[in-house]
Amino acid sequence: MSDFTTWDILRNLLLAARWTVLLSLVSFVGGGLVGAALLFLCIGRSRAGQAFVKAYVELFQGTPLLMQLFLAFFGLGLFGIDVPAWLAAGVALILWTAAFLSEIWRGCVESIAKGQWEASSSLGMGYIQQMRHVILPQALRIAVPPTVGFSVQVVKGTALTSIIGFVELSKAGTMVTNATFEPFTVYGFVALIYFCLCWPLSRSSQILERKLNVAHRNH
Amino acid sequence: MNYAFDFGWLADYWPVLLKGLGITVELTLVGGVLGVALGIACAWARALGPAWLRPVVAIYVELIRNTPFLIQLFFIFFGLPALGLRMSELQAANLAMVINLGAYGCEIIRAGIQATPKGQFEAGASLGMSRIQTFRHVVLIPALQRIWPALSSQIVIVMLGSAAVSQIAAEDLTFAANFIQSRTFRAFETYFAATLIYLALAILLRQLLRGLGWTIFPRRGAAR
Repeated sequence: MSDFTTWDILRNLLLAARWTVLLSLVSFVGGGLVGAALLFLCIGRSRAGQAFVKAYVELFQGTPLLMQLFLAFFGLGLFGIDVPAWLAAGVALILWTAAFLSEIWRGCVESIAKGQWEASSSLGMGYIQQMRHVILPQALRIAVPPTVGFSVQVVKGTALTSIIGFVELSKAGTMVTNATFEPFTVYGFVALIYFCLCWPLSRSSQILERKLNVAHRNH
Repeated sequence: MNYAFDFGWLADYWPVLLKGLGITVELTLVGGVLGVALGIACAWARALGPAWLRPVVAIYVELIRNTPFLIQLFFIFFGLPALGLRMSELQAANLAMVINLGAYGCEIIRAGIQATPKGQFEAGASLGMSRIQTFRHVVLIPALQRIWPALSSQIVIVMLGSAAVSQIAAEDLTFAANFIQSRTFRAFETYFAATLIYLALAILLRQLLRGLGWTIFPRRGAAR
């Protein structure tokens, strides 16, 4: 059995952390796009669209992310595709992120005072114009802090993809533990790396919240 | 897609699912009650506690909130025995859930405490109550009432997150599903059934917590 130095452990974990970062970015951007589509369905005027988004959000917020990963992994396989772990991980995380982001953003749009809708409509603006020039610019300001805050959940969510075999930081932690028999050190480092990824995001969310302080400015 | 769905295994394996469900419920119950208790204690420490305690709690909260539950679980179950702290899968799972909910609960409850008008503290003091008494009798219940919806959803999130404890071989609902699919090779159907059970559990838990809120908190205006 060969010996492993602390640097060996840390180096391998950091290499694997690149995949955590990449998967987080893909999930966040993809989830943002799908989430935006869901948002427009939800605040649009179609009843069926609203009902669909409601059911979608309920389904994804009411079931464990781990189950969604399993279903993506085995469900995509039913179509005869040979599903690599990264594909199932990406699909499940994007759909999961979309549910939460659309719900956060819906709250932001709905928090815009009703007078804004009435004022813009009294100026003769159509629905699209109201959205484009009045509602969304204001909602966007409110949406920034919670959106950044949710990105922390996405980074932490990627840890579960290790269970379906995607080799990122958590999986690397397990693999390195199996080689070194030093779980305390290894998982300590893994936690530390996650912390270094997440804490700046948490902090910037808090700072943005204080800086924009939009919640109290509208009233 | 030419795949024939088959839920026939349910007939043989439903007791396994039920047993797993029982463990998940038990974990949620213990984790929920102790986690909220820990959250209250930490919120008190962070908002009103002695100066030396505040940064300690702050570090705990930030560490937990910025690392994945899975890693906390692994650290407790695989890492802590290196320090001589050995425990069973279920104990480790319970401990991880309590620590996790404690940190999130702390921040939520602290928000409720800090929204308490200053006059409430002064009124308590003017009645000759100590700071602890004021907190216990005057501040805590309205603070919990204020943030009950947020706390409820956090408890539901922790319940759903408990699916990860199957990874340290705690025999919860997900563990049961893993077991069944390894026997029947009906992976999609098994996880689909387990997912539906989780969904039902989440909806039920949300309603239960709402009902609990109605019973433990006085309605606004009704107390007069």
